[in-house]
Amino acid sequence: MSSIFLDALILQSGYNAALVALGAALLGIAAGSGGTFLFLRKRALVSDAAAHATLPGVGLAFMIMVAFGGDGRNLIGLLLGSAATAGLGLLAVEWITQRTRLAEDAAIGAVLSVFFGVGIVLLTIIQSMSSGNQAGLEGFLLGSTAGMLFRDAVVIAVGGAVAVALIVLLRRPMTLVAFDTEFAATAGINVRRMDLAMMGLVMAVTVIGLKLVGLILIVAMLIIPPVTARFWTERTDRVIWIGGAVGGVSGYVGAAISASAPNLPTGPIIVLVSFGLFVLSLLFAPRRGMLAALFRRRRFQLRVHRRQGLLALAHGEPIFDQLTLSVLRREGLIRQDQVPTEKGRAKAAKALRDEKRWAVARQLYADEAVAARYDGLTPIETVLTRDEIAEIDRVIGPPTAVMG
Amino acid sequence: MGAEFVQLSLTPLLIGILAAIACALPGNFLILRRQALIGDAISHVVLPGIVVAFLITGVVSTWPMLLGAAGAAIVAVIIIEAIKRIGKIEPGAAMGVTFTSLFAGGVLLLEQSDTSAVHLDVEHALYGNLESLIWLSAEGWSSLTDATALADLPPELFRMAAAAGLIALLTLIFWRPLKLSTFDEGFASAVGIPTAAVSLGLVVVAAVAAVAAFDAVGSIIVIAMFICPPAAARLMTNRLEAQIGWSVAFAALSAVLGYVLAGYGPLWLGADNAVSAAGMIATVSGIILALACLFAPHRARIGAPRGA
Repeated sequence: MSSIFLDALILQSGYNAALVALGAALLGIAAGSGGTFLFLRKRALVSDAAAHATLPGVGLAFMIMVAFGGDGRNLIGLLLGSAATAGLGLLAVEWITQRTRLAEDAAIGAVLSVFFGVGIVLLTIIQSMSSGNQAGLEGFLLGSTAGMLFRDAVVIAVGGAVAVALIVLLRRPMTLVAFDTEFAATAGINVRRMDLAMMGLVMAVTVIGLKLVGLILIVAMLIIPPVTARFWTERTDRVIWIGGAVGGVSGYVGAAISASAPNLPTGPIIVLVSFGLFVLSLLFAPRRGMLAALFRRRRFQLRVHRRQGLLALAHGEPIFDQLTLSVLRREGLIRQDQVPTEKGRAKAAKALRDEKRWAVARQLYADEAVAARYDGLTPIETVLTRDEIAEIDRVIGPPTAVMG
Repeated sequence: MGAEFVQLSLTPLLIGILAAIACALPGNFLILRRQALIGDAISHVVLPGIVVAFLITGVVSTWPMLLGAAGAAIVAVIIIEAIKRIGKIEPGAAMGVTFTSLFAGGVLLLEQSDTSAVHLDVEHALYGNLESLIWLSAEGWSSLTDATALADLPPELFRMAAAAGLIALLTLIFWRPLKLSTFDEGFASAVGIPTAAVSLGLVVVAAVAAVAAFDAVGSIIVIAMFICPPAAARLMTNRLEAQIGWSVAFAALSAVLGYVLAGYGPLWLGADNAVSAAGMIATVSGIILALACLFAPHRARIGAPRGA
């Protein structure tokens, strides 16, 4: 299986599979970066409403195409139909949110469930129709690469490329709007038009992704990559690119895995790959990740114990805390029998002096930000200038030595 | 409206009404707390729970599946909380990450395991099988007093009735803490109401409603009934008591009208086949909500200009 997977990964398992992998990568990039704008506007779940609202469009387009004597399964026709109802759904969400007192989450939920219900009604009507070759229409629920024609793969690849190009073109105004709506408005950007462009982009990504991952899971491709990217950076523009990269890798690797064995549906595999990347980020991202937080906590704990230990040495008090003892011992500040070493005495004297200086400083600068910087750990040299410290030292007198 | 109605339509209709009410009751509080999409999330994660339960037990039977679904719902709530806390991610996005991933896992498990022989597939999970919950041995209204015929009622009816009854009872018992903590969490905790426990309890009750209804009628009704009737009711009144009343009425109306339209509507229009009852019930609830958005007395946001 691994060699088949490698073949798929380097695009050697057939022209169709290669096109699907490339299309999935492009779609992933578009979804990941496009979803970032929604995520930054705190409207991530709007995509859920858009995705579910595509179903009645698929059904209607099928029925219309059959009524005109065509093949009901023409992908472009189905996608146009789904775009129409997805757009209608997005407008409905906006209308309900702005014109009634219902909150946005209620509007999203109402639109997604009602449109989906209508879609299911239409599907059951289609199932009872005798013409039009309706088999495989349910594939839009969960996506289906198995029944994908070469034509369909081209539509996905081209659509993904166009969406990526749109994002590259519109990234600056859309970033501004997503990040700071009011600033964007003062900077002369038409916020409403950008919002619509954002929605249009999400709608396009959703519609293109229908055939590949299905309408329920396309939501995942719009939400998971931006959230994953958020762990790695604090800068908006980078979230967009990292989100795009996460989406692209998920799409590409997911499509390759799914091509390497039977019974591995493309949509769920792509989503699970991106969820895997999300979990890795949650655990290991620098600064915002879980491990980083644990390390930070541990370091803080050790600093507190070192400081308290040094102050205890300075006051000649016995130390009972095991962690404090081991910290001091490991750093060569005390000997095995708890007697302070030369270095330990020096550091203890310094800690004591730092505490005294802080006590004075907090009185002198009680009203200023300086006093708030005191946490019992920060050396005063990092907060005050040398002259200010000299001033304080005049008050407390010369340093005292710590006895061994 | 004779024997055929009792045999084919009475039980699905009753189950539909009970499911709608069971979901609408907790939905009222979820809407007011801006947690309306919890229902959406729960109904997606129910799928992996049911699949796992099937893989462990190897049979399609009700209790393991209910337990699996409830377990998955609880796991999902825990994951959402963890992502929110550890990653400092906003609730909507955390929810989106969780339910889509769990759903994808459920679909993958379903494809990997050989469940095609049994009645377990994604379409069934979405649409439910309301139409098939018929009362075979009924021969007319008189069967309602016939013990042997009553014993043959679909078990979903009793489960749904029990769930709806339990939820109504819980709403009644915890009325005061629920109401207080929904409208003023600070005040509620100040007078000694454990608001965190009330929140968790509400989510658990929502999960129970979702799982019970899911079994009988599919997830699409669950999501629609959690949101549409309470949202429409919210536009009708400013009093919580009245809102609950309206929401129950709207839920029941959606169920009845939706079922009738699905079963008989196509016949009236000259078509031969009935359409999905679950989808139609969701559609009707949406129409009710749309009418409420356009005409209900309290539809505008307070302070919004008239006619805006």
